Amino acid sequence: MSKLGLDFEKVATAKRAARAIADNVQTFVDRYTTVAVERALCRLAGIDGVDDRGVPLPNVLVDQIKAEGLLREGILFFIANAMAATSLSPPAIAERVARGHLSLTRQPVQPASVIAGILRPLAEEGLARVQHRRQRRERYLATIGEGAKPYLYVIVATGNIHEDVVQARAAARQGADIIAVIRTTGQSLLDYVPHGATTEGFGGTYATRENFRIMRAALDEESEALGRYIRLCNYCSGLCMPEIAALGALEGLDVMLNDALYGILFRDINMQRTLVDQYTSRVINAFAGVIINTGEDNYLTTADAVEQAHTVLASDLINEQLALLAGLPPAQMGLGHAFEMDPALENGFLLELAQAQMTREIFPEAPLKYMPPTKFMTGNIFRGHIQDALFNIIGAWTSQGIQLLGMPTEAIHTPFMSDRYLSIENARYIFSTLRDIGEEIEYKPDGIIRRRAAEVLDNAIILLQTIEKEGLFAALEKGIFADIRRPLNGGKGLDGVAEKGERYTNPFIPAMRQQLSNPQTPHK
Amino acid sequence: MSGGLYSTEKNDGDRTLDLKKIKPYGDTMNDGKTQLSFTLPLPDGEEAAEAARQLMREMGFDRPQVVYSKELTPGFTFFNCYGSCTKTVDFTAIRVPKVASSRWEMRETDAFIKERIGRPVVVVGASTGTDAHTVGIDAIMNMKGFAGHHGLERYEMFRAHNLGSQVPNEEFIASAITLRADALLVSQTVTQKDVHVQNLTELVEMLEAEGMRSRVILACGGPRLTHEFAKELGYDAGFGMNTYADDVASFIAQELDRRING
Repeated sequence: MSKLGLDFEKVATAKRAARAIADNVQTFVDRYTTVAVERALCRLAGIDGVDDRGVPLPNVLVDQIKAEGLLREGILFFIANAMAATSLSPPAIAERVARGHLSLTRQPVQPASVIAGILRPLAEEGLARVQHRRQRRERYLATIGEGAKPYLYVIVATGNIHEDVVQARAAARQGADIIAVIRTTGQSLLDYVPHGATTEGFGGTYATRENFRIMRAALDEESEALGRYIRLCNYCSGLCMPEIAALGALEGLDVMLNDALYGILFRDINMQRTLVDQYTSRVINAFAGVIINTGEDNYLTTADAVEQAHTVLASDLINEQLALLAGLPPAQMGLGHAFEMDPALENGFLLELAQAQMTREIFPEAPLKYMPPTKFMTGNIFRGHIQDALFNIIGAWTSQGIQLLGMPTEAIHTPFMSDRYLSIENARYIFSTLRDIGEEIEYKPDGIIRRRAAEVLDNAIILLQTIEKEGLFAALEKGIFADIRRPLNGGKGLDGVAEKGERYTNPFIPAMRQQLSNPQTPHK
Repeated sequence: MSGGLYSTEKNDGDRTLDLKKIKPYGDTMNDGKTQLSFTLPLPDGEEAAEAARQLMREMGFDRPQVVYSKELTPGFTFFNCYGSCTKTVDFTAIRVPKVASSRWEMRETDAFIKERIGRPVVVVGASTGTDAHTVGIDAIMNMKGFAGHHGLERYEMFRAHNLGSQVPNEEFIASAITLRADALLVSQTVTQKDVHVQNLTELVEMLEAEGMRSRVILACGGPRLTHEFAKELGYDAGFGMNTYADDVASFIAQELDRRING
């Protein structure tokens, strides 16, 4: 039952429009591949490491076929032919290609049935590796358990993975449930994933496979010591979406930022590239049991939080449908929204409460990701702490899934150890003292809160129906989200997109989709 | 807490305001009262609290008090402290360089440009380098502006081009040439490890190499920037916290007038 008196017929209308928009995108996505998708497949096929110039081997392979205009056939076709010709494993083939001892594109072409026969066990092995990591998490959750929702989400961002570990351990002991390692500024625009443990970064730490491994191992130790599973979050956004998803899946990451719309709007990544990338990354995240976080909250850092609230809801609805099309279940959808209204606005808290409750009711199974105030954090740390407290009150009241904790020192520096402590203390106090407030308080019929929720939903429907008519690509060109316009053929990464050729083959993704939709598979 | 709450102790210090000897004000002139918090890499305990107090004495605080301590994680303790500052500064000797233009409303600036320059002023802005934050440049340039101050796009007499974020300096300069910019605005939000200094300096050097530096008004902005620091780096102006599009617009209009009309 809706506490807001929401009209669920309208919600269904909104979801139908969002579905049509998503279907339209998917029709496009199905026809294309990208360099990042192909590199993700290399990773799942066990290819890792770098050549003697430090270039990651997946890039060496994919760049070779791209240079010859053969990206359209996909990397697995060439790897399978090379395997048939040499009887070597994919990693051994990658080594030889890197040394210039083997050309991927000069091998005899095998019939499709032979290629399928070679790739089937490769996909099974890759999936088994991911499954193994997933089961490890599920075992932890079944034996030691987890913190109560909303999960407390904090960031570490020292630039040095070893220092991040110190900060993360401290945060876990203070009560954090999710540790997000912020990426270094600019990583989203790298068309490769750096290799190895890293100790230098600006405003964050490189996402690398080794850094993932180091942090997950530290959090495993903390989880065991604390008797509470601590999740690890990173960013599978930017130009390497599916590749980071693959590395996260192999190294046991639990939560991933994963949102093409965010990349298009805020990183100027080409929309065709990143929507194709997103699909593969979401299938992998779905299969790995990873909770995705979407980035709608960011719209409100540029657009006005009162006027543009409906764009957040509309985007959440589209993201929900795009995720469903990738086989990602609602329980793994950390759809984003935010507490970003001007503190000077009279009754602003009521509007925020209305929107948070509305989002909760429209996505009842999703572990919503609720973002703290950032735009109106001023350097007045004392008022900032109060803004964060009000935000936490709404998180407790409306049963958000993931509470991304605000820091009083937002807009000043990346968090000190003490900032994180103050924020966690703030959240724990409020979540405990207001634990069941949502069950106790009803909203006045035709009051400010109910009217606000209905208004935002109505506006979201109008927007979705407009996008449905024009298509998502055209809507993005018109600047419909966050007041930002992006051209179809502009932005970064378009040259890494290719329409799939006749020989294109990729058994990994269909196998994941099949296991996801088949309840008989051992996901327990 | 050493009796601070109901203290009846006499303090014989001078209670009059002396601009040559300024110190913090708690509730009585020249009491020097200061609150501060910090974390020491020590386990909590009497010894750690004493370390905090001694450290405060080293910083120039009299009667240091630790009012709260909490071990954040084994080996790291957070302190809330109060003390009386013993140091003073001579306020009468302070000189801070400021942007030397008066701040006008949008209409005033538009009218001034029409009258004195007679054509629209072209402004190209971006968040440059690896900085992904658009919030600063958007606040100054976008139609809507920030906190009730309309951005440059809203001005009749500005042609504002906002190139967005993560714009390399080369690309920024190329756009400045193509768009025939009168003024360049650079926003820098990420300042960790002084990445912004390197980036801002590089832009000045590249503009000089192109022979363009003297032909454009060059300004930078961001929450951690000051006018003084911007001047030091070779910019014409720097806009820090609590400055808006009006400040930037008035400055560009007046500076351009000074350059064109002397």
